[in-house]
Amino acid sequence: MIFSFDLLINAVISGILIGGFYAAVTCGVSLSFGILDIVNIAHPAFIILGSYVAYIFNISFGLDPILAAIIATPAFYVLGAGIYQVYYVSFEKRGQESLRGLAFFFGLLFITEVTLVLYFGVDYRYVEARYIGPTWHFGFVDIPMRLLVPCVVSLLLIAVLQLVLTRTFVGRAIMAVAQDQLALQLMAVDPIRIKRIAFGISIATASLAGAFLIIIQPVEPSVGREYIGRVFAICVLGGMGSLPGTVIAAMLIGIVESMTSTFYGPSWAPAVSFGFLLLTLAVRPAGLLGR
Amino acid sequence: MRSDLFFIICLLIGGAVFAAAVALNNDYYFFAGYVVLQYVVLSTAWNILGGYCGYVNFGTAAFFALGAYTTVAIYKLYPLPIPLLLVAGGAVSVIVGFGMGYLTLRLRGAFFAIATLALAVVLQTLIVNWDFVGGSRGAYIVRPEAIAPFGNYVRYLFMVMLVLAAAAVTIARLIERSRLGYGFATIRDDELAAEASGVPTLRLKLIATTISGGLMGMAGAPFPYYIGYLQPSSTFGFDYAVNSIAMPLIGGTTSWVGPVIGAILLASLQQIATVTISSAVNLLIVGILLVVFVIVAPNGIIGLVHTYLQRKPDDFVGRRPVKTDAPGAPP
Repeated sequence: MIFSFDLLINAVISGILIGGFYAAVTCGVSLSFGILDIVNIAHPAFIILGSYVAYIFNISFGLDPILAAIIATPAFYVLGAGIYQVYYVSFEKRGQESLRGLAFFFGLLFITEVTLVLYFGVDYRYVEARYIGPTWHFGFVDIPMRLLVPCVVSLLLIAVLQLVLTRTFVGRAIMAVAQDQLALQLMAVDPIRIKRIAFGISIATASLAGAFLIIIQPVEPSVGREYIGRVFAICVLGGMGSLPGTVIAAMLIGIVESMTSTFYGPSWAPAVSFGFLLLTLAVRPAGLLGR
Repeated sequence: MRSDLFFIICLLIGGAVFAAAVALNNDYYFFAGYVVLQYVVLSTAWNILGGYCGYVNFGTAAFFALGAYTTVAIYKLYPLPIPLLLVAGGAVSVIVGFGMGYLTLRLRGAFFAIATLALAVVLQTLIVNWDFVGGSRGAYIVRPEAIAPFGNYVRYLFMVMLVLAAAAVTIARLIERSRLGYGFATIRDDELAAEASGVPTLRLKLIATTISGGLMGMAGAPFPYYIGYLQPSSTFGFDYAVNSIAMPLIGGTTSWVGPVIGAILLASLQQIATVTISSAVNLLIVGILLVVFVIVAPNGIIGLVHTYLQRKPDDFVGRRPVKTDAPGAPP
């Protein structure tokens, strides 16, 4: 393989764009796993669910996928809040969250995937939108719109989340619930309600991330599996529960993956995130911006 | 009961099953029975780490495929007899299990679980890119027609799996009643307290991961001969992961009986459902059963039986009492 400067620059740029999308995929896990300590391994399955919701809106009403996802967020929020309620009553309250809670989410992941397979089959589905085709050219640099739009909206989403977490009462309560539930109760706040809201928000982001996913690539039900390792690698690398850390880690993994697939072939890209995950766990478990 | 005696009894039961299948004179029973026995091994192996230590392994498919692909690699070089392949597959899985455990087991349990999930994806990437074992096209293994004392080759494979299943159950039972088993139980119940009382938790967890991974690899080793055509996407399928978690959790995780009951029930149910309904629906059934059981019956079928009989748990599972009084558990 001949090393070329053009290829390198293009790989870095598409890595950054993909990284923006990865940040949207991961921010939900940063909330649930990073802040609430709920190991929601079913998150990628909800993202695929989001993709299919965007797909249905798109083919039946011709709606823009991102707009469709925004419309669907309340439904995803309710779904998330409901799942947390079941999780709380069945596992957290009994103190069995480690083994059985994990099995519960694994079961959810599996049920979601098989249901989608039974309903939609394993064909690849894609959406139509004006920005999916065109590409901007600046000299030798190519910026595909289908990567740029999700990246920009995703960074907006994370900025809004970060503002909510740091500036509003509920957001601060979410940050606090992870540290000291009792202290929160003494401030007359119900920690379970706060956790329910936070988990609802985390699943609501999956709706948007799903729309981004189906804009970037065609989707079939088992695509989500590739994201499990990636999402948790980014979450851990960024530092648990730190949204700025998540963005940096997502960009980093995006760039390395994009370079790997440019210079070694796309079939090697999935191994990158796992390498990062193991390296982070072995060298610095607190992550880049971890406290 | 002593363990060697127990192993002999297991073998006798296995022999009776084998004789019954021969008497029915229908090779389908051997094909179906092989899968059931394979799941007995996988779920027992999973339970050694998951049930005894409380560490969740989502990478059953990865370890299973390691064994299977070791066989394929060896087959391409020089076809060895199955018992040697079992040893080779087990050895490779042991090495990978140990390495991954060493890197992730020092942290909280969730990290280990996530790492095992990712391991399956990465190993699949490696296999897909490795042309020697067939890459993404898959690999063919030509199964010999017959073998000396058994006649049909599938009967031979069934027999191998029967012995492996008996061995796995005996090992699980042995661990449960040894110092090792008590050590594992302390990790599951309160790792911090165990560490503080001088239990070498990391070493015990590594031992559990190694035994568990090795057994899974051994279960995978004869698989290419059984299936004839090995393909990455089906070998690394989620079926193995979800089944090997669902079976112990549905049967009951605290003793060796649980995974065996769970495996026999679920695997037979799936064999019947695959024939009568469809293979996608039976996976859905397993997923739903898993979720329902972890919510409604946290101690599995064994736990249900205990509550039903109102008997002391010790009567069923040997000397170690089952942990029924989890904090906040309903009475």
